Amino acid sequence: MFYRENGQFKSSYVSDQQMLPILQDRVFMGLLLIFAFGAAPLFVSDYVFLSLLIPFLILTLAAIGLNILVGYCGQISIGHAAFMSVGAYAAYNLALRVPQLNFLVVLVLAGLIAAAVGILFGIPSLRIKGLYLAVATLAAQFFTDWLFARVKWFTNYSSSGSVSTAPIVIFGWKVDSPAEKYLLLLAVLVFFTLVAKNLVRGHIGRAWMSMRDMDVAAEVIGIRPVYAKLTAFAVSSFYVGVAGALWGFVYLGAWEPLAFNLNLSLNLLFMIIIGGMGSLLGSYFGAAFIVALPILLDQVPSWLGVQMSTATSSHLASMIFGGLIVFFLIVEPHGLARLWAVGKEKLRLWPFPH
Amino acid sequence: MSKHWPVLTLGAVLLAGLVLPLATGASPPGFYVEVLLGGLMAGVLYSLVALGFALIFKASGVFNFAQGSMVLFAALAVARLAEQMPLWLAILLATVIMFGLAWLIERLVLRPLVNQEGVALLMATLGVTYFLDGFGQTLWGSDIYKIDLGIPKEPVMILDSVFQGGILVNKEDFVAAFIAAMLVAGLVLFFQKTATGRALRAVADDHQAAQSIGIPLNRIWVIVWSVAGFVALVAGVIWGSQLGVQFSLSQVALKALPVVILGGFTSIAGAIVGGLIIGVGEKMAEVFLGPILVKAFDLAGGGIENWFAYVLALLFLLVRPEGLFGEKNIDRV
Repeated sequence: MFYRENGQFKSSYVSDQQMLPILQDRVFMGLLLIFAFGAAPLFVSDYVFLSLLIPFLILTLAAIGLNILVGYCGQISIGHAAFMSVGAYAAYNLALRVPQLNFLVVLVLAGLIAAAVGILFGIPSLRIKGLYLAVATLAAQFFTDWLFARVKWFTNYSSSGSVSTAPIVIFGWKVDSPAEKYLLLLAVLVFFTLVAKNLVRGHIGRAWMSMRDMDVAAEVIGIRPVYAKLTAFAVSSFYVGVAGALWGFVYLGAWEPLAFNLNLSLNLLFMIIIGGMGSLLGSYFGAAFIVALPILLDQVPSWLGVQMSTATSSHLASMIFGGLIVFFLIVEPHGLARLWAVGKEKLRLWPFPH
Repeated sequence: MSKHWPVLTLGAVLLAGLVLPLATGASPPGFYVEVLLGGLMAGVLYSLVALGFALIFKASGVFNFAQGSMVLFAALAVARLAEQMPLWLAILLATVIMFGLAWLIERLVLRPLVNQEGVALLMATLGVTYFLDGFGQTLWGSDIYKIDLGIPKEPVMILDSVFQGGILVNKEDFVAAFIAAMLVAGLVLFFQKTATGRALRAVADDHQAAQSIGIPLNRIWVIVWSVAGFVALVAGVIWGSQLGVQFSLSQVALKALPVVILGGFTSIAGAIVGGLIIGVGEKMAEVFLGPILVKAFDLAGGGIENWFAYVLALLFLLVRPEGLFGEKNIDRV
């Protein structure tokens, strides 16, 4: 009844090309942003910030990055945590060795370094595709795992191989309370979401999507596969690298080798599958789901009043997790974003569905 | 000839790497042969897991990430059942369990996902991986268990007349290699000589054509997953008897991934040859290349076998995208 675009005529190209063409969407988005930036920090507890919102925001950024590569460009990667680790270690070393750099500059530089590494590991995509490529990306995963565990320079010769980061200061603003971290991350995420949204609906995004849908046909109509695939790898690893740097600096603070292991890569992949491939909104949903689910599963035994050892409960959680993934794939292969779209479609007709 | 130069170059480089330690006298010949044999033995085990991958991919186009978990699950089942009953009965029972598992996977996962794209199926098997890891450890326990095949484990010295100091080998390794060879021979017979095997090959060749002449796809899938489950069982038993049955088994099995892409997804011969190449390659790299790298870059220890297999496979794919024995893909628009 309320969600209807009747009477919202588009009389110029600018209004036709708006990101949110429907007035109600714009209002909703505005309210959401006001709530997220203004209201949430006032009443949300530190626990929720630290265990839910902060990982959610960072992983969303990483999921958007992976989605650009997998969902938009159609190149599967099961080793994307590798680029997170590149971003994290690049940021660590930059902050350590050039302490006068602003944190935001460090972030961008870390992203760029990750992008360079991403291009390097993206080169095989020019020759191989599909599942072969998926396995090839595992090379990136295991190689970086090894590299950062073994090459002492990256960890500044720390004896245990673990590193800890300096506190974050941006233009004199010391980011240390959970609410401040949340605000910083939210700002970064909103900015990068905007950039991503405009990339994927611009010519480069269309090139990626045509590559995904049918690479031979795309080549025939004049899209260079080298350019399309490598830019997708670059942008994707840039995003993931920035997310990795944030993960290290803001969420972990200190981390050991193998903090960015295969498990994290697979989780990123689950996020975009469950959330919806080729959808930025889906990255949000997927990240929220994957962050919240383990916490929820942890709580369930105590709600039911069942006593079980941590080992058993973690095995059960893994079972439920696996089962849910299969269930989701069967019930809604296009992810939560598709459910959202269906819901919106229904809402437009409500309450007169005929 | 000119078309093949990248393959030849890579082959030449690898071969040079293979003979260099021996030729430069960096290692005594006896030790060299020991490393080589060790690599081959590891390769046999990789081949076994890779075989499971290749079988399933060939017949159902599913990239089965869960193969490693199936290995772990089967090994756990055998190890725990063998505590209650004789080993042969435990293996038999575990085989039945694996068949049941195959049937369940086909029913609950594959059938509803029919006609989905490859990625979705890959994801589904990832889900199965998590499920099986959790389920196996809940059901059978998560400690380290032993499987005792009753083979003497002490190393024996052979060929000490040929090489100075002789070569230390495990009898168990030879038994393992023998079992693997028997398994492969059995599979080949099954595929070539039985009606079911012929149906399997038909499905692998062309799903639709196979279906149109009346081959029941669903039943074929159950059979293929059962066979893969049985292969996983054999791999799990052999591996478990050497390393002990523990969670890391499912991680070691990830090594089979570079093996399958090296050999080509659809090729059984590729899985075997690829496994041997990877096994030998990574052992050689660890033993001979590792110390050089550690010295050159001042590393905190070697461990390059963790990634060497993948990088090797990646290099292979760059020069030969379809793998060693894979079918060449020709795009038509």
